[in-house]
Amino acid sequence: MAQVPVTEGVFTWPSESPQLIGSRCVTCGNHMFPVQQGCPKCTGAETAEVLLGRRGTLWTWTVQGFPPKAPPYAGDVDPKTFKAFGVGYVELPGQLKIESRLTEADPEKLKIGMEMEMVIVPLSTDADGNEVVTFAFAPVA
Amino acid sequence: MTTEVAIVGIGMHEFGRTEGVSGMDQGVIAVRRACADAGVSWEDMQFAFGGSMAAGAADTMVSLLGLTGLQFINVANGCATGGSALFSAYNTIRSGVFDLGIAVGFDKHERGAFRVNTKGSGLGDWYGASGLALTTQFFGMKINRYMHEYGISQSTLAKVSEKAFRNGAINPMAWRRKPISEEEVLNSAMLSYPLTQYMFCSPGEGGVALILARADKAHLYTDKPIFLKAAVVRSRRFGSFEVLAPSIALEHNAGPTVDASKAAFEMAGMGPKDMDLAQLQDTESGAEVMHMAENGFCEHGEQEFMIQAGETEIGGKFPVNTDGGCLANGEPIGASGLRQVYENVLQLRGQAGARQVPNDPKTAYTHVYGAPGISGVTILSR
Ligand SMILES: [Zn+2]
Repeated sequence: MAQVPVTEGVFTWPSESPQLIGSRCVTCGNHMFPVQQGCPKCTGAETAEVLLGRRGTLWTWTVQGFPPKAPPYAGDVDPKTFKAFGVGYVELPGQLKIESRLTEADPEKLKIGMEMEMVIVPLSTDADGNEVVTFAFAPVA
Repeated sequence: MTTEVAIVGIGMHEFGRTEGVSGMDQGVIAVRRACADAGVSWEDMQFAFGGSMAAGAADTMVSLLGLTGLQFINVANGCATGGSALFSAYNTIRSGVFDLGIAVGFDKHERGAFRVNTKGSGLGDWYGASGLALTTQFFGMKINRYMHEYGISQSTLAKVSEKAFRNGAINPMAWRRKPISEEEVLNSAMLSYPLTQYMFCSPGEGGVALILARADKAHLYTDKPIFLKAAVVRSRRFGSFEVLAPSIALEHNAGPTVDASKAAFEMAGMGPKDMDLAQLQDTESGAEVMHMAENGFCEHGEQEFMIQAGETEIGGKFPVNTDGGCLANGEPIGASGLRQVYENVLQLRGQAGARQVPNDPKTAYTHVYGAPGISGVTILSR
């Protein structure tokens, strides 16, 4: 089964060590994600593409306890099989905080400040039988 | 010298679920009730600002209310739609263009959590597909971080809900009219940690209309004019932590509520200590806690003691969300901010019945907050 990214241009794929793709303001150095034109910090109009760091610390988190509405959600929404998933912001040093799914959904195992690393996780299967993948952050063992 | 502005008539359609009555019809009923309250007819209205998110263009109400040719402007500003309609009506009178007009908001949403229009919010399809396009997650994450920083307990979150449902139970216009105990709140389904089902408000239905007049003409319509001392709307600045954000900056900004609050107090020439009660955005119970501090009513972390001690109850030192807030009334987006003002007018007139704040309150504060990072504040006095 082939793996396809949930979208092009959000993370590098396929890749041994995938990275999120963001923008950096040419004028003030501010980082943005996803890629965007124009800087909300300095109002500068020129940005350049930048690959973001793969490691950071958990800034805050929650657990998605019920199936999101589909669409837009592409994952499992069957209340019988739905599995709660973690969501958090991971602070990438010197760059920004990224909102992401977390591979951990147990409140006992999630702690603000813990080390996290970016991974790619399966999300759903598309009409052609491909496995659709998206990015997530996992606690560093 | 700008003209002072008074609220001279208020009308509301019951919040909750009203089968067979469209959102716009609920708005029309609210307008008729406001006109009756002020003793005026629709023909007397010189202008209107109105809005809804999901129940149609407000200006089409004129075909139900009467084609009088008045200036009717539609307002669409997310969760601050009602606040923005009021801001516009306020300034229309302040500037001297008109003497008498109306702000109206109504809505009717489908059941369940709001379905986010990712395209309309400027977000890629991948965001919703990946399971991140839920406003509930933001609320869970914001309060989780806040609890970590300032030592707020889950019991305090539950007590906020308990208070909301207790106040709702004595509000004939509220949706949720049944008291729910702290324990039941804590034991309800965990929707977005640390927030449970009964800590969240639901999208709902309802309508509110407010009639505004030049203060020097208010006596023509009411013997209890309530003066609008400030109406402010602010959007987010760089570094604030807002709903539906794929990323946020490393540097921190306190957010649009702090800005709107400061501006409103400055405009009114008053401070937080001068307020006798407040209606604060409580999309979920953690929001009420955080908004107490963001609006200047306490320091961060003091809420833990204040709420545990009952200070925000109707009979407490500083009553908050006396009508049950969004938690007990639901959130019809277009009407929600105006509901808060409606409640404050009742409180300042001394007409709030079983939930009347004691000792003749003289000043009252409202605050709405919503996507994509917008806050609206009003200050009323009698
Ligand atoms: Zn810049």
